[in-house]
Amino acid sequence: MTLTNTFRAQPDDSGHFGQFGGRYVAETLMPLILDLEREYRAAKEDPAFAAELDDLLKHFVGRPSPLYYAERMTEHVRATAAPGKGAKIYLKRDELNHTGAHKINNCVGQILLALRMGKTRIIAETGAGQHGVATATVAARFGLPCVIFMGATDVERQKPNVFRMKLLGAEVRPVTSGAATLKDAMNDALRDWVANVHDTFYIIGTAAGPHPYPELVRDFQSVIGKEAREQILEREGRLPDLLVAAIGGGSNAIGLFHPFLDDPEVAMLGVEAAGHGLDTDAHAASLAGGEPGILHGNKTYLLQDEDGQITEAHSISAGLDYPGIGPEHSWLHSIGRVEYSSATDKEALEAFQTVCQVEGIIPALEPSHAMVAVFKRAAEMDRDQIIIANMCGRGDKDIFTVADALGVEI
Amino acid sequence: MSRLATTFARCKAEGRAALVTFVTGGDPNPAATPAILDALVEGGADVIELGMPFTDPMADGPAIQRANIRSLAAGTRTADLLRIATEFRQRHPDVPLVLMGYANPMVKRGPEWFAHAARNAGVDGVISVDIPPEEDQELGPALRAAGIDFIRLATPTSDEQRLPTIMDGASGFIYYVSVAGITGMQQAAQASIDAAVARLKRYTDLPIAVGFGVRTPEQAGPIGKVADGVVVGSAIIDIVAEHGEHAAGPVRDLVASLAAALR
Repeated sequence: MTLTNTFRAQPDDSGHFGQFGGRYVAETLMPLILDLEREYRAAKEDPAFAAELDDLLKHFVGRPSPLYYAERMTEHVRATAAPGKGAKIYLKRDELNHTGAHKINNCVGQILLALRMGKTRIIAETGAGQHGVATATVAARFGLPCVIFMGATDVERQKPNVFRMKLLGAEVRPVTSGAATLKDAMNDALRDWVANVHDTFYIIGTAAGPHPYPELVRDFQSVIGKEAREQILEREGRLPDLLVAAIGGGSNAIGLFHPFLDDPEVAMLGVEAAGHGLDTDAHAASLAGGEPGILHGNKTYLLQDEDGQITEAHSISAGLDYPGIGPEHSWLHSIGRVEYSSATDKEALEAFQTVCQVEGIIPALEPSHAMVAVFKRAAEMDRDQIIIANMCGRGDKDIFTVADALGVEI
Repeated sequence: MSRLATTFARCKAEGRAALVTFVTGGDPNPAATPAILDALVEGGADVIELGMPFTDPMADGPAIQRANIRSLAAGTRTADLLRIATEFRQRHPDVPLVLMGYANPMVKRGPEWFAHAARNAGVDGVISVDIPPEEDQELGPALRAAGIDFIRLATPTSDEQRLPTIMDGASGFIYYVSVAGITGMQQAAQASIDAAVARLKRYTDLPIAVGFGVRTPEQAGPIGKVADGVVVGSAIIDIVAEHGEHAAGPVRDLVASLAAALR
């Protein structure tokens, strides 16, 4: 047996991150999942695949995204922090990507896999609509028909993104089962997939689902952390002290964290959505309020009752409104390598407004949760310390939700 | 011999396929389920699949999705399912009873807890839709130690390369999901079922039961000519949906017509 001092060698050969992850899918899907794994391994070794992916990331997505020193946010924190306190805040500007969020990084990777496997039809689930838009975008770019499953509740609260997907030629199928949010959209996407395995590729939007999805989504999103690592070394000549990212399924967070996992001096904080508060039953904090269980193809922390029935999540942010979390986060949580906290709807709304006014950036509600923690932690850290936070999406899609929450009529 | 093995052997001796019927436990409510189960037996069902409701039945079509919702909305708990099974076993000592559902409610209190509870309730087999052979350790060892068959599924996507993996550790019977899709939708072409059953038989001596999309006696008859069992679910669920607490009579009539088609 070889013991390695690395946190970056997961999952194991059977797709497990410690006790988490795995392949808990209907038998119909198993041959396809195994095929996908084989094809992904081959693609990873293929320089032509890497070259095409890099080219798309550069010229279609607009990478690398800037690493931006948020001077005014830093000053804002220092104005009320104790003397000598107030860490430097850097933002990884993934909201500047084509389609306005980090989701596109993964979609370009997966559509290249779909083409490689000869699949001719694309499906995806979406919550906030960012992953749906990103999927519809790459499907249009490569001329493949595309169906997006979206909870009817989310269709209602994310109308601009629904229209974007339609403009891009995708069919948006509202899902009315359950609470009609992301979890239910994923159920219906899986139902479609199982009935169309022969020609359909399922582009999963977060680092969750059956193996190899958590691994390949992480790998495609790791471009965030790889760039950030190079950029901070160039800017500051050293690694950051803390990384902060919002967690729904956790793809933007694992993308930022993974390239730093073996740097012991870099602390990491994932921020879950606490909705109305962790002491209520209206939140989406799977690690803080859930237990390990099996859903949507993987074993991970889930919001559930004592019988293992999945309970409804709540967050003002549609992208975080999911009762589970990617299995690698469950593992990183269990071994203590990454710390996880949470932010409420109210806190996120406050941080959203502060970032708008202080920094001239309208953040999505998802990274607004991360910004809550950034403001808190920066105030406790020394001035010569460095935080990198992932600005994983822009807030244009959220202005109606925010207006509604603030009681403003547009 | 187990109840499942005995039953399939008896049907074979009678020159017919076994009729396997599925209903969702607790639909429309836990109090109504025992009479519906009795109706299945009275109608001539040989094996009973009792569905454990789950909030997220990903492999099921609209009919069984709604049955799950009705059951959970009526307050059905795991304890109710186990009590329903226990009482069924007291009323029907020889009829095989299989619990069918999704992994999470089965593993929530640990695999050993579930295996012991199922054994104590007189359950003969378990089908977990989202535990493929690769994740067998999740429930398989505990069930086998408790003497319960962990029934494997095969599908149209199970090729020759895949089948040995499925058969390794399989017991009870093989549930052939005849369409790549969700429950209660389209029916597979009879020719594809004939070919699939023949293929499966090359890899196992276990009985093969064919399900998904089988709704009528006209469909069940020809399948029963090649398979060892025919599974009917959504068509029965539809009757429960229509008649609610008064479903037992109409369920018995449908099952009787299906049973007649297999004789």
